[in-house]
Amino acid sequence: MLKIAVCAKQVPDTDIPPSQFKVDEGALRVIPPAGVPPIVNGFDMNAVEAALRLRDAGVECEIVIFSVGTEFALDVMKKPLAIGADRLVLVDDEASESLDALGTARVLAAAIERDGGADLVLAGRQASDWDQAHVPIMLSEIMSAPLVTLVRNLAMNGGGESFEVERVAEGGFQRIECPIPAVMTVTNELGEARYANLRGIMAATRKQPETMTIADLGIGDVANNGKLEMTRLFVPISESNVEFIEGEDEADSGRLLALRLREAKLI
Amino acid sequence: MSGGVLIVGEVVDGGLHPTVRQLVNASERIGNEASLCLAVDSTFDDSVLEGIGVGNVILLEHTDTAADGSGGVYSLLTELACEAVKRLEPSSVLIAKTDAGSVISARIAARFDAGLASDCIDLALNADGKVAVTRPVHGGSALAVYEFAGDGLQVVSVRPGSFEPAPVSGGLPEIERLDMSDVSVEGEVPVLVETVSEEGEGIPLEQADVVVSGGRGLGGPEPFDNLRELCGLLNAALGASRAACDAGWIDHSHQVGLTGKSISPTTYITFGISGASQHMAGCSSARNIVAIDKDREANIFSHARYGVVGDWAKVLPAFTAAVAELD
Ligand SMILES: Cc1cc2nc3c(=O)[nH]c(=O)nc-3n(C[C@H](O)[C@H](O)[C@H](O)COP(=O)(O)OP(=O)(O)OC[C@H]3O[C@@H](n4cnc5c(N)ncnc54)[C@H](O)[C@@H]3O)c2cc1C
Ligand SMILES: Nc1ncnc2c1ncn2[C@@H]1O[C@H](COP(=O)(O)O)[C@@H](O)[C@H]1O
Repeated sequence: MLKIAVCAKQVPDTDIPPSQFKVDEGALRVIPPAGVPPIVNGFDMNAVEAALRLRDAGVECEIVIFSVGTEFALDVMKKPLAIGADRLVLVDDEASESLDALGTARVLAAAIERDGGADLVLAGRQASDWDQAHVPIMLSEIMSAPLVTLVRNLAMNGGGESFEVERVAEGGFQRIECPIPAVMTVTNELGEARYANLRGIMAATRKQPETMTIADLGIGDVANNGKLEMTRLFVPISESNVEFIEGEDEADSGRLLALRLREAKLI
Repeated sequence: MSGGVLIVGEVVDGGLHPTVRQLVNASERIGNEASLCLAVDSTFDDSVLEGIGVGNVILLEHTDTAADGSGGVYSLLTELACEAVKRLEPSSVLIAKTDAGSVISARIAARFDAGLASDCIDLALNADGKVAVTRPVHGGSALAVYEFAGDGLQVVSVRPGSFEPAPVSGGLPEIERLDMSDVSVEGEVPVLVETVSEEGEGIPLEQADVVVSGGRGLGGPEPFDNLRELCGLLNAALGASRAACDAGWIDHSHQVGLTGKSISPTTYITFGISGASQHMAGCSSARNIVAIDKDREANIFSHARYGVVGDWAKVLPAFTAAVAELD
């Protein structure tokens, strides 16, 4: 049986209006808008979907979700379970706040190792909070496993000894044959995660995550290795100087807009 | 070298990737002596380095570089870059945040236990000689400034397009060819089976002077035909928001934004795009944004130069008809 680890990060909801995005410049933190729950990083849900499609295609597999963080919203983190993932492993630790990408990758690698390893590690192409796209690449380095980024289609070859992958590339895509085990990052081109049905939601409610702290993993102090220090965090001001074109009705506005743009030599 | 800035450049079809000259320009912010290393095969023609504006160039010669460059797995390119870092012992590595650069920079950082700042749009040198960077975070909703601490290697990836290319200066730089034929990738690697080109229709987005884009507000695939007609009249390229692409209304190769294409046309005209920060990340260097949206409060209007508040279905036909009548 193929063991698939999917790395999923809890992040602030990205679908809030830009005007609601606030930071605390003193504390160098993002202030989540009141009453808006976090989400599972969008690309990580695409990664869960990739795993589920392998199963749909007849590949016998166990799908385990791994997440490093703190103050987890359990009902949010259980979303992958509700659509078919088997287990949820949470490294729940306040110190995860001060992990950099390499630290996070080390913790994930250790958690996956402790869980018996994996034949395939799937992750999102980037986390929508700090937009780094580092963790899975570093994970592949730590695990000495082959890496394919920006996966938009994933299948297993007939004999089950390698993966057939399509990855997004500049001006098209690439077909890649990837050995097992491997680390891959998944992009939204793969397609959105399926919706949970009632049975899935009920099953997920009954499942409890396996939780641990970083110390439980016995990899020493990986937090706060301080190679980079944030010194400022701010919302750039965009000064609105829009000129609204208003005609007698909407069609007239469209007509006047064309004339205005020509006058300004913009078309 | 030992100390100083090492630029890891990309070679495409024997030429320099446009980001190489941008990196040369960016490097001047953090040091006055940069070296450039390039992974090349023996067919590489030095003359493309004419006027590159760095003191010396190190060519990392290996027969398989081209295959790896298009291979999408970047394993050999990573090994060559790491070898260059080992031999030259720079204090900073500069690399472009392309698909290849993302992978290579993160693997260098992991390998050398280095600090890594990615997708930076600005660089500076502190009083104490440490690099400070500015990078957009949270999809571009905020900017963060980071400073490197400690004495370790500083790896910085730079967002393509955020620096102008360095002006052509000097003649041929000093060129050193290093035979890297004994460098190989250990262990199993992914194998590139084929590269399939899937160019979008019409004018390439990155080259167009006018871009017309549609978003979720268009409600379906059909209105994109109306936009195609408008593109034809304006000699414009066709763009889209991710929401429209994800809905399957138009191919992802038309996506503008943080995880799509970065464009900098003179005129960018949007229909039914709200202007989420991740979308704006790809068009913030458009000189004039023109937005048509039915919601006066839509964020796109805080970036736009001209706007019409209204239903695209009413505005677009009249706009197109008027454009057709312009001479
Ligand atoms: C990590 C990450 C990366 C992302 N990368 C990208 C990216 O590269 N590019 C990108 O575009 N997005 C990206 N997104 C998604 C982004 O956050 C937004 O969800 C997306 O841009 C919204 O697209 P939209 O403006 O078309 O849709 P919406 O935000 O839904 O806006 C639709 C607009 O249409 C208007 N409208 C509705 N009906 C009409 C009508 N009849 N006439 C006129 N106007 C109408 C509405 O008022 C609204 O303003 C990314 C998100 C994440 C989390
Ligand atoms: N704390 C985390 N827990 C689980 N997965 C993570 C974590 N951080 C990053 N990842 C994974 O790595 C991907 C890229 O993250 P990043 O490098 O932070 O942009 C994400 O899409 C996740 O799949």
